[in-house]
Amino acid sequence: MAISLTEAAADHVRRSLEKRGKGEGVRLGVKTTGCSGLGYVLEYVDDLLDSDCVFESHGLKVVVDEDSLDFLDGTELDFVREGINEGFKFNNPNVRGECGCGESFSV
Amino acid sequence: MKKKTMSLVQIVEPDAPAASGQPRLAVGIDLGTTNSLIATVREGQVVPLPDEQGCFALASAVRYLQDDSVSVGHDARQCASCDPLNCILSVKRLIGRGVEDVQQLGEQMPYRFQAGESHMPLIETVQGAKSPVEVSAEILKVLRHRGELALDGDLFGAVITVPAYFDDAQRQATKDAATLAGIKVLRLLNEPTAAAVAYGLDRQAEGVVVVYDLGGGTFDVSILRLSQGVFEVLATGGDSALGGDDFDHVVADWIVQQSGSSTDLSPGEQRTLLRMACDLKEALSQAESVTASYGDWQGELTRSRFEQLIEPLVSRSLRACRRAVRDSGIDTGEVTAVVMVGGSTRVPMVRERVAQLFDCQPLTDIDPDKVVAMGAAIQADILAGNQSGNNDLLLLDVNPLSLGLETMGELVEKIIPRNTTIPVSRTQDFTTARDGQTAMALHVVQGERELVSDCRSLARFELRGIPPMVAGAAKIRVTFQVDADGLLSVTAREARSGVEAHVEVKPSYGLSDEAVSRMLEESMAHAEDDRKARGLREQQVNAGRLLETVRVALQTDGDLLDVAERALIDEQLELLEQLASADDQGAIARQVQKVNQATHEFASRRMDATVRRAFAGRQLEEL
Repeated sequence: MAISLTEAAADHVRRSLEKRGKGEGVRLGVKTTGCSGLGYVLEYVDDLLDSDCVFESHGLKVVVDEDSLDFLDGTELDFVREGINEGFKFNNPNVRGECGCGESFSV
Repeated sequence: MKKKTMSLVQIVEPDAPAASGQPRLAVGIDLGTTNSLIATVREGQVVPLPDEQGCFALASAVRYLQDDSVSVGHDARQCASCDPLNCILSVKRLIGRGVEDVQQLGEQMPYRFQAGESHMPLIETVQGAKSPVEVSAEILKVLRHRGELALDGDLFGAVITVPAYFDDAQRQATKDAATLAGIKVLRLLNEPTAAAVAYGLDRQAEGVVVVYDLGGGTFDVSILRLSQGVFEVLATGGDSALGGDDFDHVVADWIVQQSGSSTDLSPGEQRTLLRMACDLKEALSQAESVTASYGDWQGELTRSRFEQLIEPLVSRSLRACRRAVRDSGIDTGEVTAVVMVGGSTRVPMVRERVAQLFDCQPLTDIDPDKVVAMGAAIQADILAGNQSGNNDLLLLDVNPLSLGLETMGELVEKIIPRNTTIPVSRTQDFTTARDGQTAMALHVVQGERELVSDCRSLARFELRGIPPMVAGAAKIRVTFQVDADGLLSVTAREARSGVEAHVEVKPSYGLSDEAVSRMLEESMAHAEDDRKARGLREQQVNAGRLLETVRVALQTDGDLLDVAERALIDEQLELLEQLASADDQGAIARQVQKVNQATHEFASRRMDATVRRAFAGRQLEEL
C-alpha cells in the first residue's frame, strides 16, 4: 500500500512549499490527542529521519514515519473546501471510528 | 444523529506546537549560589515548582558519597561540616573560572583542587575529580526531575539565569552544565533582567531599572536601561561576600555577648545559634520585638536594636549601589523602578534605605526568593512558542564587553562594541600585510582597551590557503556572531578563493566579576594613555612597513642609485629603525617623512625602469 495525494492536495502542497521557500515535502503522522485517541499531523519536512518512509505522489515527497504508517497506510490526502473552511482531509481506510469533537479517530 | 465530520487539517511548521495541542513544557531555572529554583507557566499563571515536601528552594549543595551516589540539596548542605571535601557548596563561584582564579578563592573554600585540561579546575572527591560544570549539572538534574514530575512529561527546554557580569566562559560553562543534565537551554538570561521581566517592566516603553539583589551570601546591584524592549546593562556592582547570612552572624554574636556565654562554640552549637538568629531575624520583619532564649539566658531583641546591628552591612550595600550609579553615568532621579530580589530584602530597614537612596518605592509584591526564576519561566514560555503572536516580547540583551580582533601592532580592532544588542552579526574586511602572504592568524579578544595585551584573549585560529597576492589585494571577510546567549563564533573567509576558517569561542576559563568591572574602569581611566599608545603603535607599524618596502626595493633595483645616493637612504633608514623601537610618536612620524623624501627620486627612477622594462621590445601599436 502507499500514501497518496489527490490532485487538489498536491497543488496546494506545492503552492505552500513555494510560498515557504524551502522544504522537502510534507509529513503525515499521527499523535495521541482528543477523545478517541489519535489525531492527524501534517507538517513541512526539512530533514528526513532514518525511520521515515518516503512516497512520491504527483512529483511531491510524502513522508511518513514507521510508527505512523501502521495507522495511515492506504490513506489518500485530499484538499477540500467545507463551507467557509479550506483544509486537508485524510481519507484513511484504517479508521474504525471518529470522535464527537472532530479532533481524533480510532483504528 | 448525524456524525460530525473530522475537522480539516492545515500544514504546520515542523516542531511547531499544534494550535489545539498541548503547550510545550518549558521552565525557568534560577541557578543560585546558595539556593536554586525552578518555575513554569501553567494556564497563563507563573508558578514556582516545589519538591515532594513542598519546599521551593533547592540548596545548591552537592555531596559525593563513598557508595557512588550523589546527594543534592538540604541534606548535602547539612554534611558540609562533617564531610567538607566531598560536599561542594557555592559551586557557582567556581564555574567557568580558571585555576588561578580559583586558587585566589580557594582560601575560603576547603576543597582540594587540581588543574584539569584547558585550565579548568577540578575538585577532588571520593568519586574522583569533578569539574564545576559536573557539580552544577547535578543540581540541574534534580531540578529537571522536579519539573518533569510536576509537569508530567519531558521538558522541552529551559531558560537559565546567570549574573549580568558573567562573561563568555562562565555562560558557556553554565550552558554545558545544562546540556550535561539533559536540559535544552532555550536561552541564558541575566538575573536582573529576569527579575524585571517578572514585574512586567519589559512591557514599558523605556526607563531605568535598578535591581537590588541581596541573597544569602552575595550582593549584586544592576542598573538597566530599557529602551524599545531592549535591556541594556549600564553597570553592575556588588559585594561577593555580603548577604543575609551576615545578618544572622551579627545577631548570633549579639546573643553570645548578651548571654555572656563562651565564644568558643562547637560547630553544632554554632549551627543551632545561627539557626536561632535567622529565625529571630525573620520574625522581626513582622514583629517589633521578639524574645530570644539561649541556655539559661532570655532576652528581648527589638527591631530598632536589630537595625543598629545590621546598619553597617546595609550601608555597605548602599555604597555599592552608589558606585554602580556613578559607573552607569545616570542620575538617581532617572530611576523609574527598583526591583527587590533575594530573601534579605524582606527586612523592612533594607527596603526603607533603598527607597531613600533612589527616592523610589521598591517593588516587593513578588516573593523576592522566587522572582528571578519566575521571570525566567515567562521568558521560557515565550521562547517555547506557547504564547502565540507574542514574539515581539522576546527579550534582547546586550554584550557586556567589546569583542574584537588583533590587528598589526598588537592593536585591537573592535568588531562588536560593548552594549550592542544581541543576537548580532557584524562583518569587517581585512587584508594581508605582506606580499605573497598565504595564511593569517586571527586573535579574538574581549575588552575595552586599545592594546591587545590589556584585553582578554578569547581564541586564536588561522586562515590558511590564501592564494599568494600582493599585500592588500586579498579580501578577508571576518564575521563575528553573538547568539542570544551571548556566545561568540567567528568566521574568516577569503573572498577570491573561498577558503574559510571558523572558531566557536569556548574559552577555557573566564573573568571574575571584579575583573570585568576592573577592565571597564581601566578603559575609562586609561582612555588618554590608550589613545597615545594607539597612535604610537600605528606610527611604529607605518615605519616598519616603510622600512620593509624600501629594503625590498633596494635589493631589486639598488643599481639605479649611485653610492652617495645609496648611503643617504641607508642612513635615513637606519635612523628610522632606531626611532621605531623607541616611543616618541612625533619623532617617528617626522622620520617617516624624511625617508619618504629621501627615497622620492629613487621611487620615480624605479617607476621609469619598470615602465621601460614593460614596454621593451614591443611595438607602439601593441600598446
